[in-house]
Amino acid sequence: METHADQNHHPIGIYLKVWLLLFVLSTLSYAVDYLEFQGITRWSLIIIFMLLKAGFIIAVFMHLMWERMALIATILAPPIALLFLVGFMVSEGLNVFDARVEYFGQPESATRIHVSDVLGVKH
Amino acid sequence: MSSLDIAESKNSQEFVEDWSADKQTYHVPWGKAMMWLFLVSDTFIFTCFLVGYLNVRRTTTDPWPYPSEVFALELFGHNLPLILIAIMTFVLITSSGTMAMAVRYAHFRDKKKVFWFMAITAFFGATFVGMQVFEWSKLISEGVRPWGNPFGAPQFGSIFFMVTGFHGLHVSIGVIYLLIVASKVRRGHYDKKDNYEIVEITGLYWHFVDLVWVFIFAFFYLW
Repeated sequence: METHADQNHHPIGIYLKVWLLLFVLSTLSYAVDYLEFQGITRWSLIIIFMLLKAGFIIAVFMHLMWERMALIATILAPPIALLFLVGFMVSEGLNVFDARVEYFGQPESATRIHVSDVLGVKH
Repeated sequence: MSSLDIAESKNSQEFVEDWSADKQTYHVPWGKAMMWLFLVSDTFIFTCFLVGYLNVRRTTTDPWPYPSEVFALELFGHNLPLILIAIMTFVLITSSGTMAMAVRYAHFRDKKKVFWFMAITAFFGATFVGMQVFEWSKLISEGVRPWGNPFGAPQFGSIFFMVTGFHGLHVSIGVIYLLIVASKVRRGHYDKKDNYEIVEITGLYWHFVDLVWVFIFAFFYLW
């Protein structure tokens, strides 16, 4: 049964390091919001930090990097189908948005509402 | 590239061996394989939610509320954007760390440490849910509903309650799961067969809950 197993006798250090790294990455992604990065810088930083965090959780905390290939493939291959779903829905979404603007006369870029304007500056 | 090159890599050789031999394919305890399959299916559910969110966010012509303002909190006289969500993120990551410790000590059969690390993990999980309750009641008191809100697109409320509600449900179930397993560990239930696999399986579920939060945090709160 236990081939690669009894795998958890990794030194405690790797867990602590990954833990620390997740803290740092979370702080960085919060900093993206706090420092008000916008546009392409914002999106790419958010995505990079997200993927790094997800990767470390799956690989180390969930021990996937120490599993055998048959199990890894079973877990990671099916979600690839989801990327198609995302792709289809993005293209569909853009079409629906264009239709709403072009044929229903809805605004192309509505002015966003600040919370302080609704609730008053102090609440 | 000859087929020999591919076959020589250790991983692909094992892959072929596991699938071609007339025997068990996954060399892990069945409970662990089943938990992984459940988590793969749960991945599909959460992705459907997030894709639904992506779609309404793309298609709505109403202004999307500023998440960092909606989830801002006044702390020590400063108005901090998104601070509650950041704290919730840290709490959940910390709980993942303590869970990893519990799994590690389960391999050394250190019952006391396993129990305490699982109990701490459950405590952080409960803290997370408590903060989510606070966040929900704050937003509800400000008039955010699944069908509308004063800050912009009505879809914001539907997505918020659905996605964080479903995730919070997962965390709550996880807390109960952790407490049950932790108390069984303490009572020595798993010593009878000297089988502590359940701790690792519970850990997989718990890390998955943390993993889902990583995506919700990025796409819903930061986007």
